[in-house]
Amino acid sequence: MLELRFHGRGGQGAVTSAELLAQSAIAKGIYAQAFPSFGPERRGAPVVAFARISEQPIRNRTAVRHPNIVLVLDPSILRIVNTADGLPPDGIHIINTTKTIAELREEFGDKIGPNAVTLDANHIAQEEIGRKITNTTMLGALLRATNIVDKDILIEKLKERFGRIADGNIRSLNRAFEECCIEKKEG
Amino acid sequence: MSRQSPTPKWQELSLGCATTEPGSSRYQQTGDWRSERPTWKWENCIKCAVCTVFCPEGCIHMNADNYPQVDLTYCKGCAICVAECWTGCITMEEEKE
Amino acid sequence: MSVRRGVEVSIAVAEAAGFCDVDVVAAYPITPQTHIVEHLASLVADGHLDAEFVPVESEHAAMSACCGSAAAGARTFTATSSQGLALMHEVLFIAAALRLPMVMVVANRALSGPINIWNDHSDIMTERDVGWIALFAENGQEATDLVPICHRISEDPRVQLPVMLNFDGFIVSHMIEPIEQLSKEEIKTFLPDFAPVQRLDIDNPFTMGPVGMPNVYTEAKMAGEHAIRASYEPIVEIFKDFGDKFGRYYNPVESYRTDGADIIFVMMGAITETAMTWVDAQRDAGTKVGIVRFRLWRPLPADDFKKAVAGAKVLAILDRHFSPGGPGGPVAQEVKYTLYGTDNAPKIVEVVVGLGGRDVFPEDFDDIYKRAEAVLNGAPVPPFELTQVRGGHYGKI
Repeated sequence: MLELRFHGRGGQGAVTSAELLAQSAIAKGIYAQAFPSFGPERRGAPVVAFARISEQPIRNRTAVRHPNIVLVLDPSILRIVNTADGLPPDGIHIINTTKTIAELREEFGDKIGPNAVTLDANHIAQEEIGRKITNTTMLGALLRATNIVDKDILIEKLKERFGRIADGNIRSLNRAFEECCIEKKEG
Repeated sequence: MSRQSPTPKWQELSLGCATTEPGSSRYQQTGDWRSERPTWKWENCIKCAVCTVFCPEGCIHMNADNYPQVDLTYCKGCAICVAECWTGCITMEEEKE
Repeated sequence: MSVRRGVEVSIAVAEAAGFCDVDVVAAYPITPQTHIVEHLASLVADGHLDAEFVPVESEHAAMSACCGSAAAGARTFTATSSQGLALMHEVLFIAAALRLPMVMVVANRALSGPINIWNDHSDIMTERDVGWIALFAENGQEATDLVPICHRISEDPRVQLPVMLNFDGFIVSHMIEPIEQLSKEEIKTFLPDFAPVQRLDIDNPFTMGPVGMPNVYTEAKMAGEHAIRASYEPIVEIFKDFGDKFGRYYNPVESYRTDGADIIFVMMGAITETAMTWVDAQRDAGTKVGIVRFRLWRPLPADDFKKAVAGAKVLAILDRHFSPGGPGGPVAQEVKYTLYGTDNAPKIVEVVVGLGGRDVFPEDFDDIYKRAEAVLNGAPVPPFELTQVRGGHYGKI
């Protein structure tokens, strides 16, 4: 089972990206869950969403404490939340940032973890969607870092969800897939 | 609630304890409650029928001569007719033994 | 054919109510149930559902409107949570006493105070005496399946009672998970058109809800008691019919891996699902432990429960609510009532977990298992205990 945690700010679509991911996995024929960190919804406040994906039916309904993958949708979250909390040594930390992985390591040290993926999702989303809403862009980097769901199915779900504004989101996702920087620990 | 028996077994109650036949209030003889009865001073009655409208039991009717007539089986002596009468021709009189 | 898709449980439940072709939805939004009535409101507004949506000014009004609508013979649906359910309290008794068929979804949430929007069972457990049939779903599939089942139970001429469908707020209601949704056509083959046994009708007038004097109140209460107990047979029959048609069978009491188990966990709602993951791991390690839970809570399926736990030496009962200054948690109380005086009754270890949204992780079950195991090995039965509490239940100030 693969467990994911999404960090964003209220209104940035962290829950939507978890939902799209789960729906894509379910459409592929495997099992998935997606859920927000439950609470009052406040635009701008740091929020967390979770997803689980598995070949077997999923019964665990607790919050994800040891995610395999963490996605950080907003660059400013790193300073206020330890987004790598519970991330195991082989976990992947996908971060929306203008900085290089080396710069992040210098600034945040252990809070980055061994395996990091970076991309300037704000820039990509601004150019392709016209707004710095990075949830779909981040999914592009996620697809590049792992093959947990099929890109085609995800794009299909994205079209269902966004309708006529899907195109910008798809371009943004594809660009993120190409442009993200991956640094994986050897072995 | 079945009116056939005032003390039905639970098995005999209608669904949800509903009163299944209309007009069951006829069986509540509210005249038993009365300690004073309305009495008309007929020369002052203008036959306006306002007393029939306001009677909460609906037990005042206009008779063949178009004068109000009270059904004492149901009149509970509330005196609302006295309060509503335009000409003040109704008074309450104590019930005698 | 039903399609398996990833969908938020609240949305699937609202769609299921829509596919049941409900006539009237009277509801007031309250977290975490809001998405259900919101979605029904949009189904009506968009013309997908031919129903009357009554946006009332409170839950008290919602339940009152539902009573009127059910009395008029309309298929009636509502949903609420927590304070909303509490605000309905007095009208709930009336809906049951007047034998009004309707279905209410309760996305279970803690009652204030302190004010808390998260999940536990304090809302439903304080409404045990209202005379409604009450069922629990543990996941989205069950919640969605139970909507047509509840309507059919409620409207069965032998039952004619309101039905409450409970599932945990947020951890079920807000979860996006795979659900096989029955189509409207499939539901139609299972749920016939509503044919009320008794309805308000101007051509055949009668009175619903007359006064019940002391000379008849006791008989009226007995009739209600009989009605809810007698609903057991139709409920079992309807569960079976659903299973025969769609392949998913439900039972008044559900068991999970209880074969040869010395220790059985008893709990209700979604934490059961997490507990199953834990039980699987325990069984793999050779520990004989299983789970029994009530799907049907009212009428209390006492005989099924006794059968389900027969052979167990210790029951670990997990409650999501308790009676302050009283006899502990409601599930434990009722299990004790069920087992009192039976031969070889298991010992009971009772704990309260997951209050007001506190997550119950697999490790929490380890801790509870240790308590049960100590009792199994001869230790005295400990008193009821709030676990997960800093300072300890019996800690000193």
